[in-house]
Amino acid sequence: MTGTLGIDGRSRSLGAWRAVSVDAAVWRTAVQTLAAGELQLIGLWAEPGVVRMALGDGVGEAAVLELACPDGCFPSVGAAHAPAIRLERALCELYGLTAEGAADVRPWLDHGRWAVSHPLGAAEPSERRTTYPFLPAEGESLHQIAVGPVHAGIIEPGHFRFTVNGETVVRLEARLGYVHRGLEGLMAGADLDRAARLAGRASGDSTVAYALAFARAAEAALGLEAPLRAAWLRALMAELERLANHLGDIGAICNDAAFALMLAHCAVLRENVLRTAHAVFGHRLMMDQVVPGGVASDLDGPGEQLVRELTATVRERLPALTELYDDTASLQDRTVGTGVVAPELARRFAAGGYVGRACGRAFDARRAFPYAPYDRLNFRVPTRAEGDVNARVWVRIDEVGESLSLIEQILHGLPDGPVRAEPPAGAGEGAALVEGFRGDVLAWVRLREGRVERCHLRDPSWFQWPLLEACIEGNIVADFPLCNKSFNCSYAGCDL
Amino acid sequence: MGLIRDLAIQGVQMLLVLALAPLLTGWVRKVKARLTRRRGPPLLQPYRDLWRLMRKEVVLAENASWLFRAAPYLIFAATWVAAALAPTFATGLMFSWSADLIAITALLGSARFFLALAGMDVGTSFGGIGSSREVMIASLAEPAMIMIVFSLALLAHSTQLSTIAAYTLSSNVGLRVTLAMALVAILMVAVAENGRIPIDNPSTHLELTMVHEAMILEYSGRHLAVLELANFLKLLLYVSLIACVFVPWGLAPVGSGALAALIGLGAYVGKLAVGGVLLGVFETSLAKMRVFRVPDYLGAALMLGLLGALLLFVSRGGLR
Repeated sequence: MTGTLGIDGRSRSLGAWRAVSVDAAVWRTAVQTLAAGELQLIGLWAEPGVVRMALGDGVGEAAVLELACPDGCFPSVGAAHAPAIRLERALCELYGLTAEGAADVRPWLDHGRWAVSHPLGAAEPSERRTTYPFLPAEGESLHQIAVGPVHAGIIEPGHFRFTVNGETVVRLEARLGYVHRGLEGLMAGADLDRAARLAGRASGDSTVAYALAFARAAEAALGLEAPLRAAWLRALMAELERLANHLGDIGAICNDAAFALMLAHCAVLRENVLRTAHAVFGHRLMMDQVVPGGVASDLDGPGEQLVRELTATVRERLPALTELYDDTASLQDRTVGTGVVAPELARRFAAGGYVGRACGRAFDARRAFPYAPYDRLNFRVPTRAEGDVNARVWVRIDEVGESLSLIEQILHGLPDGPVRAEPPAGAGEGAALVEGFRGDVLAWVRLREGRVERCHLRDPSWFQWPLLEACIEGNIVADFPLCNKSFNCSYAGCDL
Repeated sequence: MGLIRDLAIQGVQMLLVLALAPLLTGWVRKVKARLTRRRGPPLLQPYRDLWRLMRKEVVLAENASWLFRAAPYLIFAATWVAAALAPTFATGLMFSWSADLIAITALLGSARFFLALAGMDVGTSFGGIGSSREVMIASLAEPAMIMIVFSLALLAHSTQLSTIAAYTLSSNVGLRVTLAMALVAILMVAVAENGRIPIDNPSTHLELTMVHEAMILEYSGRHLAVLELANFLKLLLYVSLIACVFVPWGLAPVGSGALAALIGLGAYVGKLAVGGVLLGVFETSLAKMRVFRVPDYLGAALMLGLLGALLLFVSRGGLR
């Protein structure tokens, strides 16, 4: 095992993984391997003149392929491997690269309203397109329903184009990019503090996961190791975040089936988690608490007590809620068998988190690429086989249990020592994969003189949105909110 | 003199339903909020909402026809008349001869007809979805309602609400399976007709799941206020109807004095309060059903109504 998945080329270290410089022929071979299902896509990103592709075997080995493309052209990955299509469309319009042989060359993030096209590449004045051709679905008695980007509820903006036959969905296509903030552009040239703050704002509900992914990538680039106590505290925050989000989701999924009782109880529990986080770490979502080199605040005695009380409260109340969910026939009637994701699709798209686990893909970055302290903690990666809304709820319920157990183990084994090491103003390149509540968050960063030269953050939802579109086919329109909530994909995380 | 008095009492009844309808909806919301451990909006919030909407400007789609503008008033008028016909605190009011179950069903049916048309008028996809779902539900709920009316009419030998109420009050009712079946069936129909959980969710923000809300999505300002008020009235009407037919105790009889009327009023408010609590508990304990389960649900209501009517024919002493 060389840590390069057996791919030929000059390699260098990115921390846990290795980056391999390849030529177009090796790149094409790798794409074929992806298409054959032997490897899985972890990420695809670029900078001017270079394309990078992170590949993994889904178990414990991964590598980053690097292809120089001075003429701005690279062999398309999406042409043979569908999960790469949207990543490819995004990077092409951000950097002005061309994917040769790509099947889908429609814009993705650029809605024709940017002042410049290819903002991170040549940045020419934009010609301002306005029409966007959705994929066609033809047949008698089909009609289209356009939903969003502004919704009746307070959710993130995204446009959904349904083609329906009566109530049955024939095709759904999402159009995202409404909350594009130019994150990669803002990152370039930012110092470590600012970059860490930016990373924590990629997707607000996963702020700990993003900050942790960025911090670990930056530490890998600098050859720095965070103090042991900091690593344990980071895990504590990550598990608190997972707990809060899963509890909120379980209630919100039931509420989308008009069962407000679950939402009411789950929202109280979620609020307990957030208030504890605020009392212990000074921020409800624990934003900006994970920083390169360690953590920003330490856990004191009273704080530890608060977290213990929190786990006790959730442990006490959760069984009754689980029972309520399981015993309400009208609710089960909505969730069981709704929005089934085919296991083959989940594997092909390398869908992380509860989306993959609900149909048997037991991938967990904490297990596949163990980082401190998860290599020393006991936890299970719960999976289900059915792939429906019910399975996604159950994976969440099981993960709440695992997170509670992890929090207790962390409090029990929390080592003493400093919580922060000052990062040196060095240079280097690093990558890290961190398990957020939605799935694996990838961060890649290259530093120079203590500043970020380039950074790429890949949200797990890139590989989950397409599955949502697939799983709703054949279901009825009125079940879409339920399916959508059971995925709870991030809009902001994908819009960059 | 008597004519003026009768007119005045009828007028009081009409204003009473109008005044109480938002309160009933506010009460149901409050009950549901308390059941989900929330404080909930104040009881009087629906009045404030109506007042706020009344003062807001109306935003009309460019392609809205006259029907879109007229529909809210037609719907409101039909629903108000229907609600005012049902005996609330007294029977034998001036218009009681027309307080006929079939007339009320027909009035509500026409209101729904206009609402479904208005939903499709502007041509948005949500309005179309809402109208199509509403008509699907109605095509099942109305036959069920008619079956219930048949059962009651066969029992009481009249479709007039005052007469049916008098029959229920009379000593020769006893325990009747038909009445019980009709009660269950009318409760099921009432839930469907008012767009409550498990058929529709009145408080949802999810455009794709709406039925009633989808049809009125394009309405604003006073149009929306009038439609909301019509919806409040409809809920009040169904509670009054069920109260008048199945628990008519306390209703002031024909030609009784002010004291009886007061007792009737108190009893009526009490019935509304109990009805609101029951509705709130029912809605909180259920999730919304899939759209295509609605036919099963309403089919059950239809069968109950049908069975109740059949039972009258086969049971001993059913029809005298």
